[in-house]
Amino acid sequence: MNAGRLIRIHQIFYMRSSPLKRREAIAFYLLISPWLLGFLFFTLGPMLLSLYSSFTQWDLLSSPVWVGLENYSEAFQDPRFFQSLKVTAIYTFLYVPLDLVGGLLLALLVNAKMRGIRLFRTVFYLPTVFSGVVFVVVWIWMLNPRGGLINLLLSQFGITGPRWLLDPHLALYSLVLMSFWGWGRSMVIFLAGLQTIPGELYEAAAMDGASPWQHFWKITLPLLTPTIFFNLVLSIIFTFQTFTSAFVATDGGPLDATLFLVLYIYRQAFQFLNMGYASALAWVLFAIVLVLTLLVVRSQRFWVFYLGEQSQ
Amino acid sequence: MNQIETEPLILRPRGWRKVVRYVLLIFVGLLFIAPAYWMLSSALKPNYEIFALPPVWWPSSPRWENFKEALTVLPFGRFALNTLIIAVFSIIGHLISCTLVAYGFARYDAPGKNFFFVLLLSTLMLPYPVTMVPLYIIFSRLGWVNSFLPLIVPAFFANAFYVFLLRQAFKQIPPDLEEAARIDGANTLQVLWYVILPISMPALATVAIFTFQAAWNDFLGPLIFLHDQSKYTLTLGLSFFRGSYEVNWAYLMASSLVVSLPVILVFFLAQKVFIQGVGYTGTKI
Repeated sequence: MNAGRLIRIHQIFYMRSSPLKRREAIAFYLLISPWLLGFLFFTLGPMLLSLYSSFTQWDLLSSPVWVGLENYSEAFQDPRFFQSLKVTAIYTFLYVPLDLVGGLLLALLVNAKMRGIRLFRTVFYLPTVFSGVVFVVVWIWMLNPRGGLINLLLSQFGITGPRWLLDPHLALYSLVLMSFWGWGRSMVIFLAGLQTIPGELYEAAAMDGASPWQHFWKITLPLLTPTIFFNLVLSIIFTFQTFTSAFVATDGGPLDATLFLVLYIYRQAFQFLNMGYASALAWVLFAIVLVLTLLVVRSQRFWVFYLGEQSQ
Repeated sequence: MNQIETEPLILRPRGWRKVVRYVLLIFVGLLFIAPAYWMLSSALKPNYEIFALPPVWWPSSPRWENFKEALTVLPFGRFALNTLIIAVFSIIGHLISCTLVAYGFARYDAPGKNFFFVLLLSTLMLPYPVTMVPLYIIFSRLGWVNSFLPLIVPAFFANAFYVFLLRQAFKQIPPDLEEAARIDGANTLQVLWYVILPISMPALATVAIFTFQAAWNDFLGPLIFLHDQSKYTLTLGLSFFRGSYEVNWAYLMASSLVVSLPVILVFFLAQKVFIQGVGYTGTKI
């Protein structure tokens, strides 16, 4: 911090601030104090504790032992950690684009004034109100090799369905397959995004003889890029934290085929009581999410288009 | 950002375009309904029809007793009560704390305000696993593990997402109303209570409903912090049921349906709030 900045802060606090402004500032900090305290106790404090324990060996029963960077170097020699990274990465790179395209297509499909359209919106959105556990339990049964609807339907065409979640080669892709049932969440966000596109643009384009195909590529898609950006960031952050489907559907198996990163962290922490190692893995996860998010945020200026804003 | 009042395009397909759209809607609709249909159909099947070949698409005589029996295999009444306690206190906590914080960010000016607002929003990006382990350590030192406190108390210290949502709503209220109340001598809390809250009901309802849904559906939190079966929530009970040695699929589907009933009900009662609320977050920044 340079001297000029210090002087400026001094000015803000003592010279330029009238008693009225100071009272307003006090009121502001009183009002936000619940969040400030919560941030200290439930976010910043735990983060510091986590950072510290990532440099220790700690089983909660005895005191933490400082081991330096050992947990991190252990992680980079741990084949199961690499397996969990691979699983999480494959899942994210399949899930996120599918969710964006699927959600957008659903939104375009229901973005029309027709009889019964609200019913369809409800049908597409409803699965997202289910708990993750219920969602997964329903799909475990749908994908059951013998009694599941999918294989029963396949058998009607004389096809013997695969073993889905029980097959090490298919388990992860089965989890991707079932995710379509949750597209309603991004559909709703895209639907809201579509509502912000001014209708005049389409009218003007129609007068110039543009086809609906051109409408989509030249107007709808460019003006939806902020919404796509928003959805992209959110789903990257959440997909990297996938836990429930892996825990309930497959418990990481078969043969570690669905050993997601958070499931591995959970096991290290709460089954093996390796708090130090689990914390180190959590920080690696955080670093990956942060880098990915920053990359997406950085890429914004190349492809995200804001209406009514000059290029900056 | 400058607000341009514009009308969105309202598409009214006619002729073959309309037909194609309906065909697509019905096809995709069936795909989305199929899992729910299979859940209900299986929940009503007697045991011998579950794996029957040729497949039974709908039970010959629906067995409604499955619901009653499924819910007595495990103490689901107890689980429901536990979940409800956590949900209600989380709603109360979020409504109080997020309202105060959001009002501060919406209406007050102070040095450091922008910094704290960015900090607030950036906590949305923090993956839960980073704080999950240390929070467990802290709560176990406090003796809170295996109680509802780790799941309830943080709700009283606000949540970035809901603060953001309420701040957006408060900012849309014209300040004249509050100024009039202030001239009449009302203090901040009175202004909030008598002026802001009554006109912010839709936004507050959104927060309450989202919190209810999140608490009702939460899994990782209860899994980490609740150990005795008597403290289990519904989702925890359900996953325990699923993990049991011999899964009774009819019972599992029946209990899954019952567990979901409250959120489905709330969804239908407040469908508009739901869809608008999600929309709120996506576009208007």
